[in-house]
Amino acid sequence: MDQIVLLIGTRKGAFLLHSDAGRREWRLTGPHFLGSAVHHMVLDPRDRRTLLLGTRPGHLGPTVFRSSDLGEHWQEATKPPAFAPSADTKAASVDVVFWLAPGHASEPGVWYAGTVPPGLFRSEDGGDTWQEVPGFNHELLPNLREVIGPIPGGPPLHSICIDPRDARHLYVSVSSGGTFESTDAGANWRALNRGVAADFLPDPDADVGHDPHRVALHPLAPDRLYQQNHCGIYRLDRPGDRWQRIGRAMPAEIGDIGFPIVLHPRDPDTLWVFPMDGTENWPRTSPGGKPAVYRSCDGGESWERQDNGLPRGHAWWTVKRQAFCADDAKPLGLYFGTTCGELWGSHDEGDTWLCLAEHLPEIFSVEFAAPAP
Amino acid sequence: MSIRVVVPGQLFSYTDGQSRLVAEGATLGEVLEDLDRRHPGLRFRVIDEHGEIRPHVRFFINHQPALALSRALADGDELLVVGALSGG
Repeated sequence: MDQIVLLIGTRKGAFLLHSDAGRREWRLTGPHFLGSAVHHMVLDPRDRRTLLLGTRPGHLGPTVFRSSDLGEHWQEATKPPAFAPSADTKAASVDVVFWLAPGHASEPGVWYAGTVPPGLFRSEDGGDTWQEVPGFNHELLPNLREVIGPIPGGPPLHSICIDPRDARHLYVSVSSGGTFESTDAGANWRALNRGVAADFLPDPDADVGHDPHRVALHPLAPDRLYQQNHCGIYRLDRPGDRWQRIGRAMPAEIGDIGFPIVLHPRDPDTLWVFPMDGTENWPRTSPGGKPAVYRSCDGGESWERQDNGLPRGHAWWTVKRQAFCADDAKPLGLYFGTTCGELWGSHDEGDTWLCLAEHLPEIFSVEFAAPAP
Repeated sequence: MSIRVVVPGQLFSYTDGQSRLVAEGATLGEVLEDLDRRHPGLRFRVIDEHGEIRPHVRFFINHQPALALSRALADGDELLVVGALSGG
């Protein structure tokens, strides 16, 4: 790995934070698309050159841009994600391209996108043109809308996970809606929410309507999934279909509410979360104004606090679901961006933290990239 | 039918920095189609996939609000595209 780049999407544009393998010096470049919200920016791990970015200016419609030179030049998608035209005046239109996911390693050029309101889209030409995944958008979504009704602000479709053993095996999540699985490349879907609490629903055993904030599949152990939900932290070991609430082992005064969840790429039992205050009126800030990462090294059986270097108090920010990631170096590096525009990093698996950048706009997403030399 | 068009800064990336354009069309919808041919991608940023004007975009023809794509224009009319103000 010659260089590391952190891809930072913010409320007011995109930034890139560059370093070498040593990770000692960091250099910030940008902004790209200043003034436009950038929800997600992802480098294609298959060619390590194609960069995709989902953006929406305050006034205009959403779109996707592509770059093959780390943002020196950008090209807009010819056909951005959009629902099929409808004469129904209440028909949903894509408001935000929220999530971008490269397809399976065996399918170069394939990408998936998740939107607000929830929609699943697929591109087969490197993100230039996008088509609906009809099995999700036309078959599942209408039924889901009947169950959950309208959501203020619109729920995002996120956490598009592809089984590395099988390009046809997909997981996606919708907040609020739940987690869904397809084994036929998106033609048919089934809910995968058993065991997940939904304290805001009248039926505690509802099939759908849950609020996953982030779901992650382990690349080396694809039968192991983790989930940070609106109502707790969970683990699922397939072929089982009942999630286990591993957040019960978190300290009671901290709780197990949060947005992101990050997996150690080389150890399926090690993961990190960033708790937030989910009490009473849901401040969505660090509990007590004292931000901390929590790590488990035993699949969620126990957790340890990691806050060395982080503010000791009066830090009332949090970390959004796309804004916490890991690199693949040894020891593992971790990075998160805050709602107050700070980028924090750790190069010892969370034991100590340093502020790598500050004064950025509200950070929506942080992704690790190792571009081709 | 030649229409004088004025676009806001939010669309300059499509118009090579030009605010004053010329387009053809007998309706607002036709003018936007012609603008999209000349400046690919522009229409989708102001009109959604169902043909609805996006919430933070406004059109004025000769200083009068134009609320539908069927709104007729005459030769020499001026179409003003505005990124509508929306909050702080």
